[in-house]
Amino acid sequence: MADSGVTGEFGSSEGKDLTKEEKQRLRKEKKQQKKNKEKKDDKASQESEKEKKSATSAAPASQPPTQLPAQKAVPAPAPVPVPASEAPAPADKPAKSKAELKAERRARQEAERASKQGKKGEVGQQASTGQIQSQHQLPEHIQVDNPDVLKKLAKKLERQQIPLRSDYGYKVSLFSHLHQYSRKAPLTQQLSIPSTVIHPAIVQLGLQYSQGIVAGSNARSVALLHAFKQVIRDYTTPPNEELSRDLVNKLKPYISFLNQCRPLSASMGNAIKYIKKEISNIPSQCKEEEAKSKLLNCIDCYINEKIVLAAKAIAKYSIEKISDGDVILVYGCSSLVNHILCEAFEKSRKFRVIVVDSRPRLEGREALRRLVQRGISCTYVLISAVSYILPEVSKVFLGAHALLANGYVMSRVGTSQIALVAKAFNVPVLVCCETYKFCDRVQTDSFVSNELDDPDDLIVTRKGKTQLEDWHQVDSLGLLNLVYDVTPPDFVDLVITDLGMIPCTSVPVVLRVKNVDQ
Amino acid sequence: MELQAVLMAAGGGSRMTDLTYNSPKPMLPVGNKPLMWYPLNLLERVGFEEVIVITTKEVQKMMSTDPKMKLDVKMKLDWVCIQEDGDMGTADALRHIQQKIKTDILVVSCDLITDVALHEVVDLFRAHNATLAMLMSKAHEFTETVPGQKGKKKTGNQRDFVGVDQSGKRLLFMANEADLEDGLSIRKSIMRKHPRMHIKTGLVDAHLYCLKKAVVDFLTENKSISSIRGELVPYLVRKQFSKTTNSQKNKDDAEDQNQKKNDGSTNHELLISSRDETLLQLAQDRSCWNDHHGDMSEAYHGGKLRCYVHIMDQGLCYRVNTLAAYIEANRLAPKLFEEPAVHPSAVISERCQMGSDSIIGAQCQVADKTSIKRSTIGHSTIIKEKVKVTNSIIMHGVIIEEGCNIQGSVICSNAVISRGADLKYCLVGNGQRIEPESEANTHPYIHKHTHILYIYVYIYIYI
Repeated sequence: MADSGVTGEFGSSEGKDLTKEEKQRLRKEKKQQKKNKEKKDDKASQESEKEKKSATSAAPASQPPTQLPAQKAVPAPAPVPVPASEAPAPADKPAKSKAELKAERRARQEAERASKQGKKGEVGQQASTGQIQSQHQLPEHIQVDNPDVLKKLAKKLERQQIPLRSDYGYKVSLFSHLHQYSRKAPLTQQLSIPSTVIHPAIVQLGLQYSQGIVAGSNARSVALLHAFKQVIRDYTTPPNEELSRDLVNKLKPYISFLNQCRPLSASMGNAIKYIKKEISNIPSQCKEEEAKSKLLNCIDCYINEKIVLAAKAIAKYSIEKISDGDVILVYGCSSLVNHILCEAFEKSRKFRVIVVDSRPRLEGREALRRLVQRGISCTYVLISAVSYILPEVSKVFLGAHALLANGYVMSRVGTSQIALVAKAFNVPVLVCCETYKFCDRVQTDSFVSNELDDPDDLIVTRKGKTQLEDWHQVDSLGLLNLVYDVTPPDFVDLVITDLGMIPCTSVPVVLRVKNVDQ
Repeated sequence: MELQAVLMAAGGGSRMTDLTYNSPKPMLPVGNKPLMWYPLNLLERVGFEEVIVITTKEVQKMMSTDPKMKLDVKMKLDWVCIQEDGDMGTADALRHIQQKIKTDILVVSCDLITDVALHEVVDLFRAHNATLAMLMSKAHEFTETVPGQKGKKKTGNQRDFVGVDQSGKRLLFMANEADLEDGLSIRKSIMRKHPRMHIKTGLVDAHLYCLKKAVVDFLTENKSISSIRGELVPYLVRKQFSKTTNSQKNKDDAEDQNQKKNDGSTNHELLISSRDETLLQLAQDRSCWNDHHGDMSEAYHGGKLRCYVHIMDQGLCYRVNTLAAYIEANRLAPKLFEEPAVHPSAVISERCQMGSDSIIGAQCQVADKTSIKRSTIGHSTIIKEKVKVTNSIIMHGVIIEEGCNIQGSVICSNAVISRGADLKYCLVGNGQRIEPESEANTHPYIHKHTHILYIYVYIYIYI
């Protein structure tokens, strides 16, 4: 639900372009559709079970209640014969058997689902003509090789007055649908120096993301919320505007800017959804100062609950799983896993740690430093030695960037390799992840959606010689610097979250429970 | 608002008195534009809309009455006038405008001519939350002969020693040779934190600084600091590694000892924390980034005060504070703007030979059979027939009569070069008049009253 809420609002930013007359026309057409639906109710309820995927024009009722009427998603206005969805059960047919009611309900649910899929696919489109779309629409950031999508993105950024960051270097063909940026060409090159369009806190944050100074999904979310706090503090409602609507619109260009600096992580996406929801929920009679302090409080609560307290809860559960004499293997630098190990050490558990690291980021050095500083005895290996070291290991603790709805774990590239080898050696693999990183997306491979980092990071100078210096000149050579990969749930034995210890396949249950709560 | 620009244009030009005794340094023409125009243009190109200009009343009058200025500079200039004779250093000037300063500042000197991508300096300032970010450039040797000076200029023992870390961005050490009487000593604590330091001497300080607002507040408390470059910057660089500003471990010790408290109070003014310090700290703790590797300390070694420098190795960067720099700048400054070399209102006869690298100002009159090569001619200058001008800088309102031969010289405003004069590497001051048929080589013709002794010395050598 939350997802469609976000996309609906993305759609509405284009909706602002439509004039009032067009909006009225759309409303009239929707009313017509409703009348058509009521007539074709019976017929359609049978048809809808066959037609699984048909993106339809969103009827008003399908939108989440939190959206305000002015921000109705505005896709295809042309009337489309739609299976009966949100139309209330026709009152003129009182006598209905249970089976027929069930069929109607099912039809409604499927139409809702189909319309949500349609809304998702219409992100980035300036839909002014309706079409029946039978294909599932993909998000913009994984369609970089499609020039139309790029043009739409350029238009959107131009409207928001944000510079477009151009791709760099030759992209390996399997990943040519993703963006690849160079760290030496920061986005600030094209901005004016006292940045007026974008709040300075956001510019600073974007720079820190693109240079890697703030890295790791928890750190990025906290930094994002900190920057949003400053934005909210410096915000004043313009006359004739409402805080609940205007502030959300102010945040949109900032989010586009941050996306250009570095693609948003799942945790950041969830944090943004939360803030937008909180802002939209502010009642209109609330005074500005009160509203602002309420929002700042909400942000503090969110960080406290979802990050700080969640880490404590996860540490508590994990410590039960760490016994004396354990040899624990960790990969890269996960803030949560480091926290767990430090807590376990303070609770006087006797264990030693093996830190596995990989190029080009070599984040394991930082994890090693933090653990050794506390007094934990550590071993350091590179990922190429993981099958050599695994016979010694009793448990593997992994951090996660996001947990996908089908139970797959998205984490730093190399994690799935470690999980695979651990499975081959029959070593239990425990993934630690807070619930705010759970994501509605479904992915079964690492190709569809990933992040390409700067390929020049792979270039290294040894003994004064830099072999890959002129890699641009070699036509058939491509440097690939992947950031994430997905681990299937078969390799993960347990997921430790702040809600408890759950198997990987229970992730969709948690998501459903979370959505019902919200 | 993110940054406020401050232009320091009250300097006297003490190292080129020959040029500045009559016209103030910010108004010296370089490529037929006043020197002050270049930093203003840099700020305008980058996107600033307002600049606070600290200067003298004279300069303000000259700039406001110049109609061309109003067209060229579209930013809003906030003039702050100070006394010219007063001993106001750059830091004193900042203290003077403390009321106007609401955010972090970008201080630029009026004699800076550069085409640097300013975002490189400001990005260091933003990304690392630095207290100071400055610009430096590799120095270029000046190849042109300086008029009025015989022989090569001695390289004075005024070198600057700049120590940077391995990445070349963090500023670890800055001192001038004059202050290092007993030799260069570096504290062990710095070497422990940054075992690899590169010390450079051939760098030109561009006098472009990004400073946090807390530094300006600190200056108002500490009235003893009067120069940014001479005192404030070395102080900030030293304070990065001062014991009391560092890690929380030492905090308890510092609180016990009373004598450190006094130092601590001055330091803590520089480290005014933001309102959400805990959140920032949390983000930094959870982030898996460190600026150095190999020792047990956290990012930035826990230091809150950080100074960064961007060293340009390519591109233009000149500080016009000596005569040699002034001449070099005149040669290269025209590359910075795209105006046509010859002003449309200049009247140039067809039989004049003009090289493509010369600049002719507005309302000039150049007569027949003249040859102008690699020179800059100011506006309202009259050049009569058969004049040969090579490698020279001629300012406004000069009259050059027939048959003159001017080579490698600087001729200041309103001078008159009479018929047949042959000047090589000379410097002619404001309003001077050169006698007809005079021949001079490496001769500074300056105002008689101030430098009479000077002239006699030179004449002695000739005769």
